Formats: sequence, structure tokens, C-alpha cells
Amino acid sequence: MRLGRFEAVLLPHLDAAHNLARWLLGNSQDAEDAVQDSYVRALTYFDSFHGEDGRGWLLTIVRNTCYAWLRKNRSGVERTESGQDLELTPDTGPDPEVMHLREADRLKVQQCLEALPTELREALVLREMEGMSYRQIARMTAVPIGTVMSRLARGRRRLQEMLAGGVRKEKT
Amino acid sequence: MNCSDARPFLGAYVDGELDLVRSLDVEAHAEGCEACAQDLRRLEELSTAVSMAPRFPAPQKLRRRLEHRSRGRSLQTSPWLLLAAGLAAAGLLLWRYVPARTQTADVLTEEVVQDHVRSLMANHLLDVAARQQVEPWFAEKLDYSPAVESMPWRGFTLMGGRLDYLGGRAVAALVYNRGGQFVNVFVWPMSGQPDRAPQNRTVDGFHVVSWRAYGMDWWAVSHLNEADLEELAMCPCFMPPNRTLPVDESVKPKSD
Repeated sequence: MRLGRFEAVLLPHLDAAHNLARWLLGNSQDAEDAVQDSYVRALTYFDSFHGEDGRGWLLTIVRNTCYAWLRKNRSGVERTESGQDLELTPDTGPDPEVMHLREADRLKVQQCLEALPTELREALVLREMEGMSYRQIARMTAVPIGTVMSRLARGRRRLQEMLAGGVRKEKT
Repeated sequence: MNCSDARPFLGAYVDGELDLVRSLDVEAHAEGCEACAQDLRRLEELSTAVSMAPRFPAPQKLRRRLEHRSRGRSLQTSPWLLLAAGLAAAGLLLWRYVPARTQTADVLTEEVVQDHVRSLMANHLLDVAARQQVEPWFAEKLDYSPAVESMPWRGFTLMGGRLDYLGGRAVAALVYNRGGQFVNVFVWPMSGQPDRAPQNRTVDGFHVVSWRAYGMDWWAVSHLNEADLEELAMCPCFMPPNRTLPVDESVKPKSD
């Protein structure tokens, strides 16, 4: 009964869980391990879950598991602040204002996203990929909504700069 | 709305996180301001760009492992994580999420306070301001209609109403003013439950009083002190009169 509910509530969010872990940890093997461990934890604490937002609950566990891992395995959660050093694929499109996203561009977006500090990347992934509301993100990451807004704004600004950097390189 | 008003809201506009009134304000501003219009286009392009970044769905083997093992409840914790994160993650969880989930009232209290703060900060206190229009406006938007009364003789003047979102549902927010301090009263139906006397909580310097009466849950939040908020709770439109505090008849107007 309990396991049936566990499966029904949490297994549908497996892809979202893996996607978040992969974006936070940066590689597939760690992401897989983190997701598996998150499900173990979710099962352990499942009796305390009475809510309706199974995805938010699960992703919070995934997030905390990933952060614990990052704290332990990397000195500091801020993975890299050196996005500027990235080798960007130059944009050869005729109009830099319009992003024609080919494979190379997808890779570029991925690289730039990965170069963002974890907290900014996390906010963007939750917002843009998981379509979560500011309130859901705030609850998940245990920060006020204002902080979510400023993280998104900073993340977007830096992403824009990095992506535009590729364009400028091409132009000059 | 000028650029410095509009700029902080551009991201929230693109994210669809603004209420209708503020969205229209931003749109109206962007129509006449090329710089903000361009910023909006850039934000939209960026959204498109991020949406093109790869997703990483769970590998099939992980899915199968979880499906099979969750049935036997024999999920194994991988060794690295036991070492790496065991206590840390459990501690984080216990602290961050489990207590919040088990004490729904606390989650709600925080949400109530956040809504209150947001309503003041975003300068979005009211969707409807004229007192006479508040009740029909709510009746249109919600499947229930709370009592809406202004009580200036008790020191609480109704400013208007607003739709807000609490505990996963749309709720009515009534906004009162007492001596320049705003009070948000959130209300939603809770039929079939016994009435409950007012309970006080304090979060980040805000006082929250919640009670149940007339088949509704009421949550009042403000910087006002607890006694003032309780006084509001005791007003007859919020609480059956047998529990109300005496009214000073001398200041009560002849009709209102």
C-alpha cells in the first residue's frame, strides 16, 4: 500500500530528479547515484509526506543530497566562477540578435549554463526546464522569493554575457 | 510606470509571475520604451536558448533498478554517498523539509507572511479598491464569498481586496488599514470543521493570527501587535458575536 503510493507519487518524477541532479553535479554517474540515494531517503521519510506536490518534495531531497555531495567533494558549492575563460563556439549566424540554435549552439548553452555558479544554475534549471513557480523554487531552496528573483536575474544576465561573448568574438 | 519601476519586474513578466495589473503596466511601459522592449525580447530569446539546452532523463537501468527495488524495499545506498553525505543530507532534510511538512501550519504561516511582505513590496496590495465592489468581485473570481466589512469605528478601515495564492489554492485577501499599518486577512472555506479560537504566531517580526469561524479559515498578518490583530479577529464579521470584544459605542458612526 505504502510502496504503491510511493511509486505512484514519486516515480513519475524520476526524469526531473535525474535532470536536476545531472545539472547540479555535472556528470551522469554522480547524478545516477544521487538520484538513487534520494529515492532511498524519500522512502525513509515518505510517511512524513502529506502534501500534494510530490515533485517539489522529491526535488528538494535530490537537491539537498546533491548539495551535501558538493560540499563534501568539492571545496565550496560554487563550482566555477570562471565562465569567462570558456572556449565558446562562435556564432556564425547572420543576425546575432536571433539565436539560431544548432547543435553547436546547444552545446554552447550547455557549457555556459554549466559555468554558472551552482545556485544561479539551479534557479534557471528549475524555472526554465521544470517550469516551477517562484514560490515553488523558494520553498525548495529555502530562500525568500526575492532571492529567487535576484538569482534568476543574475543567472540570466551572466548567461547573456557569456552567450554574447561568443558572438562578439566572431564579430571582432 | 517608468524604466526604474519596470526593470525589476521584466524577468517576472517573462516568467508569467506578475499579476494582471502589473503585467499590463509593464506592457504599457514597454510599448513606449525601446530599451525595456529590447530587454524583454532578450529575456525571451534567452528563455528559448535555455529551453534548447539538453535534458538528462533518467537512464533506463536506473529506472528499472528503482522500480524493482522499491517493491522489495531493498534499495542500496551507494558507498560514496554513505561516506559523503549520510549525516549531512539527513540533517539537512530533517531541518529543512521534514519539520515543515509535518507541521503544515508552520509552512502556511511562512507562506502567509511571505504573501504579506510581497503584497507590500511589489506594491500590489489591491486588485479591487472600492469597498462596494470587493464582495461582488470576489464572488466572480472565487467559488466562495467572504464577508467584507469596513469597521472604522474599531479602527480597521477596509482598503480593498486581492486574489492571492496560499496552500495550493486561490484565496481572498482582504486588506485593512489601521493607523497606516496594513493588515492582510486571508480567507478560504473550511466547512465541516469546528470553530477554532485565534492562535498567535510570529515570523520575522510579523504577527500572524489564525482562527476558524463561519466555516472559513482566517489568517490575519501584519506588523501590528498581537493584541490589535486579535481585536480584528474578534470583529463580528470574522467571529460569531458571542466571542467579540465590547465595542466603544461612542465612536461608532450612525450608519456604516
